[in-house]
Amino acid sequence: MSRVALVTGAGRGIGRAIAENLAVLGHRVAVNDLTADAAGETVAAIKKAGNEAVAVGADVTDEAAVGRMFDEVTDLLGPVEILVNNAGITRDNLVLRMTPGEWDAVLNTNLRAVYLCTRAALRPMLKARWGRIVSISSVSGLHGNAGQANYAAAKAGLIGFTKTVSKEVGSRNVTVNAVAPGFIETEMTAALPAAVREALLPAISLGRFGTSQDVASAVGYLASDSASYVTGQVIVVDGGLAL
Amino acid sequence: MERPDIEKKLVELLVDELGIESESITMDATFEEDLDVDSLGVVELLMALEDTFGVKIPDEEAEAISTVGEAVDLVMQKLGG
Repeated sequence: MSRVALVTGAGRGIGRAIAENLAVLGHRVAVNDLTADAAGETVAAIKKAGNEAVAVGADVTDEAAVGRMFDEVTDLLGPVEILVNNAGITRDNLVLRMTPGEWDAVLNTNLRAVYLCTRAALRPMLKARWGRIVSISSVSGLHGNAGQANYAAAKAGLIGFTKTVSKEVGSRNVTVNAVAPGFIETEMTAALPAAVREALLPAISLGRFGTSQDVASAVGYLASDSASYVTGQVIVVDGGLAL
Repeated sequence: MERPDIEKKLVELLVDELGIESESITMDATFEEDLDVDSLGVVELLMALEDTFGVKIPDEEAEAISTVGEAVDLVMQKLGG
């Protein structure tokens, strides 16, 4: 069944793969990034494949901008039925050196935005008695990761948020889940020094970094009718990572 | 807006938003017991009331409402009626 999906931070990386995969699954996808331009390549790729997508630019940490984004998607495609909270940034630093600015930026984009977008998405979902919310966490939030106190705190917080909201809205047939990727080949992990990448591989059972598609597939499942009895869960997509 | 208009509108909201049978709605009916509206349903209804009537209902005032008639009273009061 074709649904309306909104993926935040989908201009590139994992978000882009999630948006493209949801479109392949037959959903009409609103592609969010900071600006509509930044979402343009993803929208073009989806349309080229013969599927439906629109670009919606918005800073998801801004309450008013989030409100306008949901209004825009509702006008263009209809009420959001599948929300994927993917937008994320890193500002890595050892906690001793971490500035309040680095802390706030990461908590705002990786956690506050999840609350703002989820709240905005929920009302029509509750009324429709159908909804899927999937938020992208991280193995950093499960295990901790030196240099990422801000990111790990936000990604762990997102899991508590997910479990709580799943309890609040379960009676309305709205499921709320998280996907926690391990080390995935993206621009974000390409920035890791080669020595760090090499050192990580023995800790991964499958002996390689994952792909954005691996994450997108898990999101596609959680968004589908096949996952209608799965809620409040974290699916870990990490190739069997032992830290 | 007169009281009967507000009552009518509230009944519509209960039917549309929460799927309650209109026959079971009376002004004395309590949301939680008589109409089987859970806490989330009460919040959905409050938000719908705020949108429909353009009023703001603070949490502490919302908590004091238990019957349909009391909700009508509160909206009347907010509209300055």
